[in-house]
Amino acid sequence: MNSDRIVGNSVPRKEGRDKVTGRSQYVDDMVLPNMLFGATVRSQIPRGRIKKITFGPGVSWDEFVIVSAEDIPGKNCISLIEDDQPCLASEFVNHPEEPILLLAHPNRYLLSKAVEAVSVEYDPLPAIFTIEESERRAEIIWGEDNIFKTYLIEKGDVDGVWEKAAYIVEGEYTTGAQEQLYIENNGMIATFDGTQGITVWGSLQCPYYVHNALMALCNLPAEKVRVVQKETGGAFGGKEEYPSMIAAHAALLAIKSGKPVKIIYDRMEDMAATTKRHPSRTRQRTAVSRDGKILGGEIEFTIDGGAYATLSSVVLSRGAIHAGGPYHWPSVRIRAKAVATNAPPHGAFRGFGAPQSLFAMERHMDRIAQTVGLSPVEIRRRNFLQLGQTTTTEQVVREPISLGKLLDRALDASDYHSKKQRFANHNESDTTRKGMGIAAFLHGAGFTGSGERYLSSVVGVEGCADGSVRVLVSSTEFGQGTNTVLSQIAAEALSLPYENVSMVQPDTQQVPNSGPTVASRTVMVVGKLVQSAALGIKQTLISSNLLSESYTAEEFRAACQHYVSEHGQFRSWSRYEAPDGIFWDDQKYRGEAYAAFAWAVYIAEVTVDLTTYGVSVDDFVALQEVGRVLHPLLARGQIIGGVAQGIGFSLYEKVVWQNGRMQNGQMTNYIMPTSADLPPIRVFFEELGNIYGVYGAKGIGELPMDGPAPAIVNAVEDALGIHFDSVPLLPEDIMDGLVSQFSDGGVGSRGGTR
Amino acid sequence: MTHSREGCAKAEISFTVNGELKTAHAYPMERLLDVLRQQLQLTGTKEGCGEGECGSCSVLMDGILVNSCLVPVLQAQGSTIVTIEGLATGETLHVLQEAFLDCGGAQCGICTPGMILASAHLLNGKPEPTIEEIREGLSGNLCRCTGYSQIIEAVAEAARRRTIA
Ligand code: FES
Ligand code: FES
Repeated sequence: MNSDRIVGNSVPRKEGRDKVTGRSQYVDDMVLPNMLFGATVRSQIPRGRIKKITFGPGVSWDEFVIVSAEDIPGKNCISLIEDDQPCLASEFVNHPEEPILLLAHPNRYLLSKAVEAVSVEYDPLPAIFTIEESERRAEIIWGEDNIFKTYLIEKGDVDGVWEKAAYIVEGEYTTGAQEQLYIENNGMIATFDGTQGITVWGSLQCPYYVHNALMALCNLPAEKVRVVQKETGGAFGGKEEYPSMIAAHAALLAIKSGKPVKIIYDRMEDMAATTKRHPSRTRQRTAVSRDGKILGGEIEFTIDGGAYATLSSVVLSRGAIHAGGPYHWPSVRIRAKAVATNAPPHGAFRGFGAPQSLFAMERHMDRIAQTVGLSPVEIRRRNFLQLGQTTTTEQVVREPISLGKLLDRALDASDYHSKKQRFANHNESDTTRKGMGIAAFLHGAGFTGSGERYLSSVVGVEGCADGSVRVLVSSTEFGQGTNTVLSQIAAEALSLPYENVSMVQPDTQQVPNSGPTVASRTVMVVGKLVQSAALGIKQTLISSNLLSESYTAEEFRAACQHYVSEHGQFRSWSRYEAPDGIFWDDQKYRGEAYAAFAWAVYIAEVTVDLTTYGVSVDDFVALQEVGRVLHPLLARGQIIGGVAQGIGFSLYEKVVWQNGRMQNGQMTNYIMPTSADLPPIRVFFEELGNIYGVYGAKGIGELPMDGPAPAIVNAVEDALGIHFDSVPLLPEDIMDGLVSQFSDGGVGSRGGTR
Repeated sequence: MTHSREGCAKAEISFTVNGELKTAHAYPMERLLDVLRQQLQLTGTKEGCGEGECGSCSVLMDGILVNSCLVPVLQAQGSTIVTIEGLATGETLHVLQEAFLDCGGAQCGICTPGMILASAHLLNGKPEPTIEEIREGLSGNLCRCTGYSQIIEAVAEAARRRTIA
């Protein structure tokens, strides 16, 4: 392979061969001698005081290891941002499925019966289940006011804008919970011994989150806690924080029993008990000029965080910063709020708040277009952010992005204008209605504001005794291609063949903390550190006179071998430093929110069947500017996969709640798209490059989740001429919409005419 | 899903797995999936749902694609089973495995063994499937990562390579 052409090429993925041969080791594939299996007794009610726990008949309880909150050596909480979530409820429960007791037994098939035989008596307390109930504060279930966090973003003089407006456009938009539905359920194995401490192996995204939680829970120093990531069968944010809980449970059982303990959730437990995407409500009130320009507005963004704070404040932050979309707001006030309800805590899911607030923004743009009498294309064109303008947090757009050009290219690719014309005719006569919908959006890569500075990630690159190179990061692979792309970057930096670079398995005893694998930060932020650590290796070899400036792979190998034999372990470290000129004010929520934004225009084409009320997506164009694409095959795979999840979010995936508990926690009744449900998803990249990211790359993983829901619902409105302001949008919602339109005297054939 | 083990004895069940005759001692209602994974250490077969919905436990039984989480092991008595571990010949990958690698058909990889076996089953019946036939043929296997496009492309590519070969 030509060594300067590694980045930008679709090299074979590092762990690909093991995955297609079934050799990859996921946590449930791992067996330790004398291993027990663990299970969790969970709350049956949404809120109350635990009165009594009885171990029922028919179970040989003396064979079981039983752990309660009293067995916790350290602090009874899963440390993250606020220490409010217990590892095991001791007195009060605050949501259904809250863990109360743990059981372990050598025979995994005896556990479910034992769990059922434990009966917990409660004094129930009144519970609340919706954003509105939480806001009314009839019950205070968290803190003093049920509010986990608020943010206020203010720019310009919003109050003075209303009188100048030709139109004031208002709307309220909601999105539902969504289950990540990684195909591999959550699982962990823990061992404990007095000298080594705790070791856990598991399916997880963030080894150091788990490490941190276990130190506090078990009251152990850092070196007595070891966390190893096993091959992870999908995550999507769903394995960001909850794995700390499962690791904690496995660890407690291992400490008490002195044996290895494996906990593997079944599908129903995973769906009912672990985190989902935050349900949201967004209110938009916008002042618009006669020619369709946004003058200013107020956006109120509220998310339901469930019973404990977990990551809600961070999800809220990202949602709030993205709430204004890729548009120029001369003035804006964004009020964001995360509230508590008695549901299991909602958590990270690809997009992290942005899909929620961008759904509202992009639906609202179509509403503005109608009010002003412009097309969805024109209204966007007139309001797009331009070079030199500022975002809602007053971050200056410094890259020469042309959203108008992206829009043109997407319109072309989707054959938008001629299809609109054809559909107008079609919709006059047929029993189906067709429509086209647009979503334009942006997604910030990396942690928000000062987040990356606080994280202060560290990356290592090692020159090995055999002359090969290894990358040491805690950044995890769960399908996105972390191993492959980080290896490409190291190989490129060292001018070595890709095959000469390998990844060290994420293991807190082996790898430094390169931060969590979230927020589309791995390639852009961690990748940059890998590059500089790799260059450190090269520099050392050159300055030791073992290597000249230009060298062959063989010369590098010899130099590296020589260095290790002389000096021993040969590692180069690199720590994150904020780029110059990045300013962020955490108090005012103002400044450079992200080191880079990716930009996109997505266009959906749908058909609505007027007899079944089903919506099918017939074509989907996903056009984005993500900086330089380092691995085209993986990048395209990320976009298609994200769009597919977005289509699920829009049209299929509805969590049915009853008293805070998910009622449809099975794949038979929580429906995700199959191969027969999806359209061709056509992916296009526009490459501008990015001044901060490694080799010009920006983040990519979350972006594709943001666009599908508004594009699809906009297309449904285009087809039917009916406003729908919520996702998921199911056939029964379409039917209700058509029925009420009919009773209002509409005919449902307005579509395609605007 | 679990099955009661009480009140019935383990039986000796023999079948051919990936070309080798195997004997398992298992309760008749034990799931084929568990016997493969736990007794025969063939952990390439995955469990995603335990109720016949996701297809990640797919194996070929006498040439038919089955969800091994729904098959009581007794039913496998005397049968011929192929799991993901049986597709490659030594270090030479099966044409589908190669195509999945080349086309990006595997991301997290957890659905991949089942998906590849479902694809093998599809190609056995229809050596030159259309894209629509592939979409339909794989619709019993869920993948949350890929959005299926690159899987479908992999199957089409494997079919193409096979006809050329
Ligand atoms: S595990 Fe068998 S179909 Fe899902
Ligand atoms: S590759 Fe992850 S579920 Fe298919």
